[in-house]
Amino acid sequence: MKGLLIISGLGILAMLAEIFKFKKLLFPMVLLGVVAAYAFNFMEWKTGMSIPYFDNMIGFDKLGLAFSGIILATAFLWFILANDYFEEETNLVDHFALVLFALVGALMLTSFKNMTTLFLGVEIMSIPLYVLAASKKNDIKSNEAGFKYLIMGSFASGFLLFGIALIYGATGSFDLMQIRAFVSENSTTLPMFFYVGVVFMLIAMLFKVSAAPFHFWAPDVYQGSPTLITALMSTVVKTAAFAAFMRLFMVCFADVSAVWTGILAGVVALSLVVANFSAAMQNNVKRMLAYSSISHGAFMLMVVLANVRSNLSVNALIYYSLAYSLGSIAAFGILYNVTRKGNENIDAFNGLAKRNPSLALCMAIAMLSLAGIPITSGFFAKYFVFTAMIGTQYKWLLIVAVLTSAVGVYYYLRVIIAMYFKKQDTHEPLPIEKSNVLVIVLTTAATIAIGIVPGIVAEMFSF
Amino acid sequence: MLTALLILFPLLAGLLVFFVKGNAARNLALGLSIIEFGLALGAFFMFKHNPDSCLLSFDHAWVQSLGIHFSVGIDGMALLMILLTTFLVPLIILSSFKNDYSNSNNFYGLILLMQMALVGVFTANDGFLFYVFWELALIPIYFICLLWGGENRGQITFKFFVYTLLGSLFMLVGLIYLYNHTNVDGIKSWNVQALYEAGRALTETQQSAVFWMIFIAFAIKMPIFPLHTWQPDTYVTAPTQGTMLLSGIMLKMGTFGVIKWLLPVVPLGLEKWGGIAIALSVIGIVYASIIALSQKDFKRLIAYSSIAHVGLISAGILSANQQGLQGAIMQMLAHGVNVVGLFFIADILFRHTGTREMDKLGGIRGMNGNFAVLFLIILLGSVALPLTNGFVGEFLLINGVYQFSATMAAIAGLTVILGAVYMLRAYQKIMLGERKDSNVAFGSLAGTDKIVLGVICIVVIAFGFYPKPLNDIAEEAVKTIMLNLK
Repeated sequence: MKGLLIISGLGILAMLAEIFKFKKLLFPMVLLGVVAAYAFNFMEWKTGMSIPYFDNMIGFDKLGLAFSGIILATAFLWFILANDYFEEETNLVDHFALVLFALVGALMLTSFKNMTTLFLGVEIMSIPLYVLAASKKNDIKSNEAGFKYLIMGSFASGFLLFGIALIYGATGSFDLMQIRAFVSENSTTLPMFFYVGVVFMLIAMLFKVSAAPFHFWAPDVYQGSPTLITALMSTVVKTAAFAAFMRLFMVCFADVSAVWTGILAGVVALSLVVANFSAAMQNNVKRMLAYSSISHGAFMLMVVLANVRSNLSVNALIYYSLAYSLGSIAAFGILYNVTRKGNENIDAFNGLAKRNPSLALCMAIAMLSLAGIPITSGFFAKYFVFTAMIGTQYKWLLIVAVLTSAVGVYYYLRVIIAMYFKKQDTHEPLPIEKSNVLVIVLTTAATIAIGIVPGIVAEMFSF
Repeated sequence: MLTALLILFPLLAGLLVFFVKGNAARNLALGLSIIEFGLALGAFFMFKHNPDSCLLSFDHAWVQSLGIHFSVGIDGMALLMILLTTFLVPLIILSSFKNDYSNSNNFYGLILLMQMALVGVFTANDGFLFYVFWELALIPIYFICLLWGGENRGQITFKFFVYTLLGSLFMLVGLIYLYNHTNVDGIKSWNVQALYEAGRALTETQQSAVFWMIFIAFAIKMPIFPLHTWQPDTYVTAPTQGTMLLSGIMLKMGTFGVIKWLLPVVPLGLEKWGGIAIALSVIGIVYASIIALSQKDFKRLIAYSSIAHVGLISAGILSANQQGLQGAIMQMLAHGVNVVGLFFIADILFRHTGTREMDKLGGIRGMNGNFAVLFLIILLGSVALPLTNGFVGEFLLINGVYQFSATMAAIAGLTVILGAVYMLRAYQKIMLGERKDSNVAFGSLAGTDKIVLGVICIVVIAFGFYPKPLNDIAEEAVKTIMLNLK
């Protein structure tokens, strides 16, 4: 909770910075603030007490704090990566404030206890992102991204609200635990529109996590937005959305799982197939990573589907979010540096191994991690999902996952082949800023580290 | 403890070599790989002295909550495979001395990392660890082929990677399924014995599913018809040392895997589907032999001959009897040595003459008699002439398949005849007759080349005359394996 308050305070501070002329101080203040938020978050997690706030609207339990920890850590790395991005822009403080507010929304989504907090979290997180997606004012693609994101996002929010209203109508409550209690007591007499509400909320959340067939906005938005904003969307936002997804469906609607698991299984299969085959056909690396993010989303949805409500499945989602965030931050950070000249096609990576060998090595590791090769964290992430799924009735999904993973390897390897095998006209070294080097090396090292000793993460979250 | 060292040492050696520049890298790599061979010999004597020595096994929890252990140990079969690996790697490194590779430190570093993964695969006693090493072995060889390979390598290595990875993922699902059924005092375990028990407790339908899930990974690695399509292109495109690693050692991961991680796990699945798997292997033998007959490129011919050989090994293993398994182990050793020798000969030919087209070569015996003799010895080993190392294994293998089915054995036996035909014809075309192209010259061999070929020839002859030490270990090992199959 203190973490949430600190980040909110930072957001307000960021808006004041222009007026009171401490713009220069803002960046270190934000970094310090995020670290402090993380520290408080960690301390709350250590004590393990879940105190309800605001009449049980929000309450940080261990699960929420674990996801908050991942979000804050990723955000910290993101801010370091983005430091010169902020410097380049003229209206810097707006961007700081917007990112911080998106972060506030993300933290709320990890720990909501009430449908209204869920909706507030979704909106607080999404609205700044609509603006950020369109923040390259003169770029038509960026404008398209923002506009599309706004329209699609609002559409999904409509579904979400409608679903909440229907569920309120059926159960008479916004509170997750009360809804759950009501559902298990009156499981036979629930009105039809309750189930409609569940499906509406499912659709809304699937929109937010961009699962097929609700994914059409994602590639355009990812491609059009500034690369670093895309990085933010595919890490922080994704983690938060899945934390919310899991809380909503595994806590609140677990007793009516028969209604939504079938739909979800279909969505997972479709996402895996559509995302991987589409990604394989992309030449634009950013767009390829957008599809890859959809396919990783499908893996995380499998965990929700496994729904064993045991440590195993919760751990699987936490580990997956962390592994995916690390891999993505590294990949997007490198992409950002490689594509500075504007060419986002895969041939921008040609010959990178000659121009900057260590950067190429980091990218190769990030790609291998996203592809799920041992001893990277991506492998263990996949492994945990497989273990969670094998005990369920949806074993056929594993076959789909395996086959599409092989397709996945194709597009990740393309990047590696381009870096190590294809020739580039220029051989001049590619310089990178020190702060970016720090983030890329750190994420790569962490990717390997939690791949070798997954126990430090997996055993940390034994609830 | 020693086993863990056998894995750790090449890892450290590989990392060290990455940081050494120039020719020092290859000398260092050679030295370190010879030390590793020394360690393996140490393990061999220790095993001879006391097979159950606690020094040979090592167990440490890796991810406690998931029952994953870093558990490695050496039994008879693992010992033979380690001897093969550690014997071949120095030879492979030495064979590269006349090739000029750019960034050679990375090249040798990757070979040593590959060795680490291979030793890991052969010693792992934990299903999860086995899978990790299995996948790890793929990464260095992929980069070796991608960075130092021949024409079109981007596409071809890519096919190789995706093919093998797809198989591995199926195996992972199969292994997780088994793991999910294990129960050691109420806890799930990845231990090999626990997995055996879990597998045997399954129904026939479940075992069939697991059988195919796991077999497909091994079948791709070996490779077995019809999953072999990645192999000839990859073998031809890879740099010679990469081809040697792939055919000499990596192929054995597949056959080894079937013996240790498939047969004892799903006896009912094997009973039901073993016949079909053997039939596929036998089809592969004939199919690959016939294609080998019509090859013009010598390296490609060896690649197809390798498919034929491994088909016989696989058929012997799947017939699951003492002779078949023992023959398989002996043949894995012999084939490993011989195929490395043959690929090296193809490399030497290419280096001296600039071509591997057999039609353009000819009359080389007249130019270099020594080379002709060394080539002939290795070739005879490969066609399994009595008193060469290939004979014992092939004889036992056909015997083993015969016990399963006489018809299969008769068809599989064709490999002996066809193998002799295409190999001897290749020898005739390359070495005998007239010089076809007067530009093709063949000077004397370099010192390192002589050493490599000489050592291989000594092994071919020595273990042809006196296979007993290896055969004894193989026999004992198979007896233990047979206990698990009953």
